[in-house]
Amino acid sequence: MYINGMASIAAQTEEDLFAENLQSFSENIFPATSVNYKEYIKPMMLRRMSKTIKMGLVTAKRALNEAGVDVPDSIIVGTGEGCKQDTEKFLENILDENESFLTPTAFIQSTHNTVGGQIALDLKCTGYNMTYTQNSASFESALIDAKLQFTEEMGTRCVLVGGVDEIARISTPFYNLDGQLKAGEINTAKILQSSSEGTITSEGAAFFLLSEIRTQDSFAEISDCMIYRNISEEKLQEEISWFLKKNDLKIDELDVVILGNNGDTRYDHYYQQLQEDLFKNTLQLGYKNWVGDYNTVTAYACWLGAEILKRKEIPQQLKLNNLPLKQPTSILVYNQYLGKNHSLTLLRSL
Amino acid sequence: MPIMTDLHTELKASIIEQLNLEDMEVSDIENDEPLFGDGLGLDSIDALELIVLLEKDYGIKLTDPKKGREIFESINKMADFIEANRTK
Amino acid sequence: MSRSVAVTGMGIFSAIGKNLEENHRSLIHGKHGLSYPEILETVHQNLPIGEIKSTNSDLADALNLDKNHAFTRAALLGTIALKEALQNAKIEDFINIGFVNGNSVGGMDMTERFYREYESNPANRRFIQAQHPGFTTEQIAGYFGIDNYVTTISTACSSAANAVMLGARLIQSGRLDQVIVGGTDCLSRFTLNGFNSLMIYSEDFPKPFDSERKGLNLGEAAAYLVLESADFAKNKEVLGYVSGYGNANDAFHQTASSENGEGAYLAMQKALETANLNPHHIDYINAHGTATQNNDLSESRALIRIFKEMPAFSSTKSFTGHTLAAAGAIEAVFSLLAIKHQQIYPNLNFNSAISDTRLRPVTELKSTKIQHVLSNSFGFGGNCTSLIFSKDE
Repeated sequence: MYINGMASIAAQTEEDLFAENLQSFSENIFPATSVNYKEYIKPMMLRRMSKTIKMGLVTAKRALNEAGVDVPDSIIVGTGEGCKQDTEKFLENILDENESFLTPTAFIQSTHNTVGGQIALDLKCTGYNMTYTQNSASFESALIDAKLQFTEEMGTRCVLVGGVDEIARISTPFYNLDGQLKAGEINTAKILQSSSEGTITSEGAAFFLLSEIRTQDSFAEISDCMIYRNISEEKLQEEISWFLKKNDLKIDELDVVILGNNGDTRYDHYYQQLQEDLFKNTLQLGYKNWVGDYNTVTAYACWLGAEILKRKEIPQQLKLNNLPLKQPTSILVYNQYLGKNHSLTLLRSL
Repeated sequence: MPIMTDLHTELKASIIEQLNLEDMEVSDIENDEPLFGDGLGLDSIDALELIVLLEKDYGIKLTDPKKGREIFESINKMADFIEANRTK
Repeated sequence: MSRSVAVTGMGIFSAIGKNLEENHRSLIHGKHGLSYPEILETVHQNLPIGEIKSTNSDLADALNLDKNHAFTRAALLGTIALKEALQNAKIEDFINIGFVNGNSVGGMDMTERFYREYESNPANRRFIQAQHPGFTTEQIAGYFGIDNYVTTISTACSSAANAVMLGARLIQSGRLDQVIVGGTDCLSRFTLNGFNSLMIYSEDFPKPFDSERKGLNLGEAAAYLVLESADFAKNKEVLGYVSGYGNANDAFHQTASSENGEGAYLAMQKALETANLNPHHIDYINAHGTATQNNDLSESRALIRIFKEMPAFSSTKSFTGHTLAAAGAIEAVFSLLAIKHQQIYPNLNFNSAISDTRLRPVTELKSTKIQHVLSNSFGFGGNCTSLIFSKDE
């Protein structure tokens, strides 16, 4: 699947990423960088939109713009928590007003498929439209669907695929109460070296316009994607070797692996084991200490991988090991969260 | 000088707040301007919001959402309806 | 369709029965499951709902769950329904079978209960993660040990129908040979009040396609189909085939359907195309038929655009209420029961046709030859999906 256009929003800007100027935070929940949404969305539409929808719609439009496409054939969205803030709003109204005087806007905006629906509405796209909400494999589920579409004879030529999630005022901090977030003093830049449980979280979106055939706009490829709800470390290693082999790559031919280490000592062993063994001679990159961990952060990781392949440059601050690298041609993104929903995504240069 | 009672101003302020019309001021809405369609550009979801506003702030319960479009035609129409039917 | 997609097992739990047999009996006896809230704690005691009269405790006991389980009500219903489906399909390999679950309410039933106590009381914090649909899917998958390809689709009322469609595509592509598809959703104050605030919730029992229809009534349910490729289905009883599917977006309005039902029309057209069938091949349509003013009119218009001669149709939501994400799955089961028993289930509470369209659904149980069934599911966000199920000949 050829990437003809893409865009992302995260806690770090693209400029800072490649200028080695990444920002550190002292909170375990930090927001994405702000965007001038008014440039892309009319005020009468914007007034109702949650951040999830705004981030999703803007990155989708930017990706389409870059690819020179007005209306894609299909729209496939991955989101773990959907429009969390509107869900919170409607729920609080119910609890505060004891189920009376309730206004519908927050309810309508709260369903997980609102992003996909809003994008379709904005573009007047009547094509295939889907939303996946499989926690940290939401974006990958969307990619697998996109890949399926290109093998079927339905006339699909280009698919808009993306991942988006937002933080919410009250419900995201609940993750401090169930051990998902790290307690104590936080310095996000150094979180991967931490020796405690929990991680940090943020929000963001990344959308891609994928094309069946390579065009002059294509700059990288998402070759393949697999998800596993539950897998042991041993089986994981076997699967990775099989996955690469299926795509005509040997382990030592893989240039870069982007890993999802997030500083949670309970689960980072999945990554560390690979770092010490299978990938000890591969350039390893980590990113969650800069953009946090959230269900669809791997969409950002894919954007990052594609950006690296496009620019032929590696942001130094992301390196987890110190191997030199000339020009990356293949990148594997591996992720899991809380030991579940493992995913492998392979990107290649053209 | 257009007739502007407290109710007219109150309604405009409520509408701006309830419907999230962020960049608008009370002075931006005319009393006889169409609220739906071509004027202010409100839609059917906004109509439902206004129905709740009628009940919550003025004690008027509308059971038929279709009646809403007539009542919400303009600030003047709304104010007239509320004056005639309010229980709060 | 090149590689056939066989249905080898089904399971269902709804307000009209806790398994296939009970559901079927209710359908043939015209016995609906609408009642008033008893388990759901809501101020709206006057709103009919399709409530399953089992408490979470009852359901957890039936599954032998630990006292400190973190199963949402949707996960409890889903696990029970899935058990039946897997038994019927005689599935032995749970690790590699795929699982596509439709769910939209997630664990909101728990969230709304504990939201205000999480801070002060640690007792129920294990439900914090349960809010979102993916967690419910994981609970169900974890119970059976389904470890590989597992995903959740959340497209409101078309979720489970989309799950069936995805499962069929995964098998046709050769990516999987066996996959469980379906959905689950439970009642919650959130959704009850949500639809009520849209002024589309009826205070009477649902009257799909009737000129006097007043809106929808929510229900809760779970249902699953086991889909297998031809090779794997070889020595099994085939209940039917998923022979066609179509997904389109109305792109008209966030919650309302377009006047001429464009999304619905495109979805049905695509389903017929993929099935390589013409409209006159359809023997029965299990309509989306929520009984809202908007859906029933717009769906009717879309049906008229496709079918020169209208086949027999009915909305079984008159039996179960609108079960949101599970709707596409329970209706798939009803469509396959229709094929198995060669009968059409009635559209209850119907008196007079919508004047614009004059369409009359089937109102009494009817025995008739059924080869192909079309099932519609249309949701918020303009998500429209149509499925075609065909008899094993």
